[in-house]
Amino acid sequence: MGDYLLMNHLNFPILSTTIFVPVVGAIIVMLLRHEKAIKVTALVAGIANFLISLLLYVHFDPSTHLFQFGEFARWIPSYNINYVLGIDGITIFLILLTTLLAPLCILCSWTAIEQRVKEFMFCLLVMESAMVGVFCALDFILFYIFWEAMLIPMYLLIAIWGGPQKDYASIKFFIYTLFGSVFLLVAIIAIYLATGSFSIPNAMFKDYSFGFQFWVFLAFAIAFAIKVPMFPFHTWLPAAHTEAPTAGSVFLASVLLKMGTYGFLRFCLPITPKASVYFAPYMVVLSIIAIIYGGFVCLNQTDMKRLIAFSSVAHMGFATLGIFSLTLFGLEGALLQMLNHGVTTGGLFLCVGIIYERTHSREIFDNAGLGKITPVYVGFLGLFSISSLAFPGTNNFVGELYILIGSFAGNKTAGFFAVVGAVLAAAYMLRLLKQITWGREDKRAIRDMKLREVIYLIPLVVLVFWMGIGPTPFVDTMKTTLTNLFTRMEVFFH
Amino acid sequence: MMMLPEFYLLFFSIVFLLFSIGKGRVNVFPWAKVLSVIGLVATLVSINARGSFFSGAYRIDLFSQVFKALVMYGLVFVIFMLDKRSEVEEKYHCEYFMFLGFSTLGLMMLVSSAELISIALSLEISSYSLYAIVPLRKGQARIQLEASMKYLFFGAISTGVMLYGMSYLYGMTHSTFLSNIMFVLPKFLDQPIGILAVVLTMTGFFFKLSLFPFHFWSPDIYEGASNATTTFIATVPKLAAVALLMRIATLVCPAEPVFVTILIVLSALSMTFGNLVGLVQKDVKRLLGYSGIAHAGYVMMGILAMTRDGNASAIYYMAVYLFMNLGCFYVVLLLSKSGENVSVNDLAGLAKRAPLLAFTLAVSAFSLAGIPPTGGFTGKLFLFTNAFREGHLAIVIIGAVNTVISIFYYLNLVRMSYSREPAEAERINLSFHEKALCYLLIFLVLYMGIMPFGFMQVFRAAV
Repeated sequence: MGDYLLMNHLNFPILSTTIFVPVVGAIIVMLLRHEKAIKVTALVAGIANFLISLLLYVHFDPSTHLFQFGEFARWIPSYNINYVLGIDGITIFLILLTTLLAPLCILCSWTAIEQRVKEFMFCLLVMESAMVGVFCALDFILFYIFWEAMLIPMYLLIAIWGGPQKDYASIKFFIYTLFGSVFLLVAIIAIYLATGSFSIPNAMFKDYSFGFQFWVFLAFAIAFAIKVPMFPFHTWLPAAHTEAPTAGSVFLASVLLKMGTYGFLRFCLPITPKASVYFAPYMVVLSIIAIIYGGFVCLNQTDMKRLIAFSSVAHMGFATLGIFSLTLFGLEGALLQMLNHGVTTGGLFLCVGIIYERTHSREIFDNAGLGKITPVYVGFLGLFSISSLAFPGTNNFVGELYILIGSFAGNKTAGFFAVVGAVLAAAYMLRLLKQITWGREDKRAIRDMKLREVIYLIPLVVLVFWMGIGPTPFVDTMKTTLTNLFTRMEVFFH
Repeated sequence: MMMLPEFYLLFFSIVFLLFSIGKGRVNVFPWAKVLSVIGLVATLVSINARGSFFSGAYRIDLFSQVFKALVMYGLVFVIFMLDKRSEVEEKYHCEYFMFLGFSTLGLMMLVSSAELISIALSLEISSYSLYAIVPLRKGQARIQLEASMKYLFFGAISTGVMLYGMSYLYGMTHSTFLSNIMFVLPKFLDQPIGILAVVLTMTGFFFKLSLFPFHFWSPDIYEGASNATTTFIATVPKLAAVALLMRIATLVCPAEPVFVTILIVLSALSMTFGNLVGLVQKDVKRLLGYSGIAHAGYVMMGILAMTRDGNASAIYYMAVYLFMNLGCFYVVLLLSKSGENVSVNDLAGLAKRAPLLAFTLAVSAFSLAGIPPTGGFTGKLFLFTNAFREGHLAIVIIGAVNTVISIFYYLNLVRMSYSREPAEAERINLSFHEKALCYLLIFLVLYMGIMPFGFMQVFRAAV
C-alpha cells in the first residue's frame, strides 16, 4: 500500500457504508410488497445515507491533499487488484451532491412513477451506490466496475420509465458510453502493465514516455469526453435527458456528467501530465465550441427538457474549459462549476418534472403563461433559471467567474469566447423564463406546488444561495488538493 | 479409482442403454437427475486424483480434472434444464440421455488424452454421440435433419483435416505422444511444415469451438437442433476444445511469432465476423450461435498469450461462458412451450410476463457483453490483460471494439424484454425447480464477476 492514503480514523468504514447502504435499501425494497412501504423504505435509505455522508464533511481534514477515510482490502491478489477507497478535496463534494440528490429523486418520483415502483426504487438506489463508488474508488478495476455498473440501472431507468422515444434514447446512451469505456479499459490495462498495479494514486506523476502518455490520454479523453459530454460527442445527451424520467434526468445531469470532468481531473491531468499540456489547446477549443454551440442550439428549442439538456452541454463546456486552462483558478472554478451545475440543473429538471406531472407536456408553449396560475412554481423555476445564467449572488456566478479569470490568464481569446457564451446563457434562459411566466394569457386550472415538492426543492435553493454568497467553505475544502495537483502539474508547462 | 468420473459416466450411459432395451417405458427424468448429480459428486471427489496410464497417453492431473468437473457441471445443468420439456420424442428419452452420457464421456477422455491417437478417438466418441442426438427433435419439419447432416459433414471434414495435421506431426517427430513431440518439434518450427502441422491439428478443436473459419456449422445447428441439444452443444464440448487447444499449443514452445500471428488473425476474424453477423439475427438461438463464434475469438486471446496466466484466464472465461450461456439458453427453453425456436420478437414484454426470466436473461446477456459486475467482464479483463502483457495490443483493441459492436445485439435482448409491450399478456409461471435454477445461474455469473480469486487460483494451479 502506498503512502497516499490516510486510513479511516472513524470507528466504522464510512466510505463502504456510504456505498452499500443504498444497496441494502435496494434489497429490502425488493422484498417488500406494499407500494407505500417501498417508497418510504427507499426514502429512509436515501436520507440515512445522506446523513452518514455528512459525517465525511464533518471529519474531513482540508489541510492535506492525501486521500482520507482510506480503506484497503486485498481482492484479487494474483493481479494486484485491491479494494481501495479514499476521498480527497475533489471528491468529497461530489459524493455529498450524489447522496443529497438521491432522496430528492426518490421524493420527486413519489407520484410521477405509477408502474413498477419497486423496480424503479431498486434502480435508483443501486445507481446511487455505483455513483458514490465511482468517486471513492482508488483502484482502477474497482473504479471501472462502478463506472460500468452505473450504466445498467441508468439504461433501465430510461428504457422502462422513459418517454415516447425511450427505446432509441436508451440504446444510444448505452452504446455511446460503452464505446468510451472500452478504451478506458484498454488504457487501464496499459497503465497496469507499466506500473504493475491497478492503484490509481500509484499511477500518478510517473515518468512515462510521451508516446505512452499520448495514447493513454487519448483513450481516457474519449471515455470522459463522451461522459461530459464534449462537442462532438454530445449527441446522446439530448435524447437521453429528454426521454428519461425526472429522477433519471436529475441523476444524469447532476452526477453522471460530472464523472467525465472528474475523470479529467483525477486521471488525465495527474497520470498523463505531459499529454494533458500538449492537448490542452485542443480541449480548450472543443470546450469553447461546446459553450457557443450549446448556447445557440438552446435558443432554438421548444422542449423544456431539451433546452436544459443542451444548456448542460454549454455549462459543462465551462467546466472543461476551466480544467484545461491549466491554472489554479481554472481548476477551482471547474470543480465549483461541476457542483453548481449539479445543483442548478438538478433543480431545473425537477421543476420540469413538476410541471410535466400537471400538464403532461414538456413543450414550452403548452406550459407558457404560468406566472399568474402557479406563482410559487414560477418563483422556483425563475430562481434556478437565473442561477443557471450565472446571475451574481447565485452559485453559477462564482464558478464561471473563477473559470473566466483562469482562462483569461491562460488564453485571452478563449476567455473572450467564453464571455460570449455566458451572454448566450442569459439569452436562452431568460427566453424560457419569459415564455413560462408571461407567454400566453388564458385561465387554466393548474395546481400550484404541493408541500412535498417544495420540500425537495428547498435544499437546492439553499445551496444556490450558499454557494453564491459564501463559497469560502467549499473553496477552502478543495483548495489543498487542487493546489497540490496544480503545483505538480506546473513542472510540465514548459 | 483415478478414473472414477470416466467409469461412472460409462455406467451412466449403460444404465440408459438398458432402459432403452427394456420393454416397459419408465419416466427416466428422475433417474437422469439423480444419476447425474452422483456423477458430479464423483467428479468433484476425484479432483485431486493424479496419475497416468498407457505409458503417458492418458494423463490425470489437475488440468484434466478441472475440465472434467466443468464438463460435468454442464451435463448436470443441461439435464436439469431439460426437465419435462417435451422437445424429444418420448420414446427416445433413454437414448437421448445415453448419448449425452457418451458424449460427455468422450469429452472427459479428451481432456485427459496426451497422445494423438487417443485424442482422435475420444474426439470421435464425443462427436458421434452428438451427431446422433441432433436430429432428435419433435414436431419440426426437416430443419433438424438438415442440421444433423451439416454437423456430420463439417465434423467429418474437420476431423479429416486434423488427422492430416497429425500425420505431419508423426512424420516429423516419429511419435504420437505429445510429450515426445514437444522435444523434437522445435527443430521444425522455423519451417512452414512445423507450424502447418500444429495448426492443422488444432483444426478439429477450432471446429468444436466454432472458431472462424470453422464456424459454418454452428448457427445452422443451433437453429436446427432442439433447444436442449443446442444448450449442450453450445457449452460443454467447447470446454474440452479449449483444453485441447491449450495442450496442443504448448507444442509450440517457446511462442513462435508466426504461429501466434496465425492465432491472432483467426481470433480477430472470429470475433469480428461473429459480432457483425450477430447484429442482424432474428432467432435467439442463431444469435447465440454467432455470439459463440465471437466468444471463440475472445477465448483465443488467452490461448495465444501462450503463458500460464493466459491459459488460466482462458479456462476462467470458459467457465463463465458455460454459466452465462446456460442462463440464456434456459430462458429460451422455458419460453418455447412446445420446443419451437424463439425469435427475438418473442421476448417482447418478458419482464412483465416473467420478471425472473427477464432478469436471468439480462444478467446473462450483460455478462456475454462483458459489463461489470458480471463474470463476463472479469473474464474478459483477465484475457485482455494477458494478451496485452505479451504485447498483442492489436488484438486487445480489436477485442475492445468488438465488445461495443456486440453490445447492440445483447442489449437488444434486454431491450425487448424490458421496454417492449408483450404481444400476449399471459404470465409464465415458473415452478420452484425452475426458479431455483435461474437464481443459481444468476448467482454463479455474478459470483464469478465479483469474487474471481478462488476459481482463478485453482485454474492457475491447473495449467
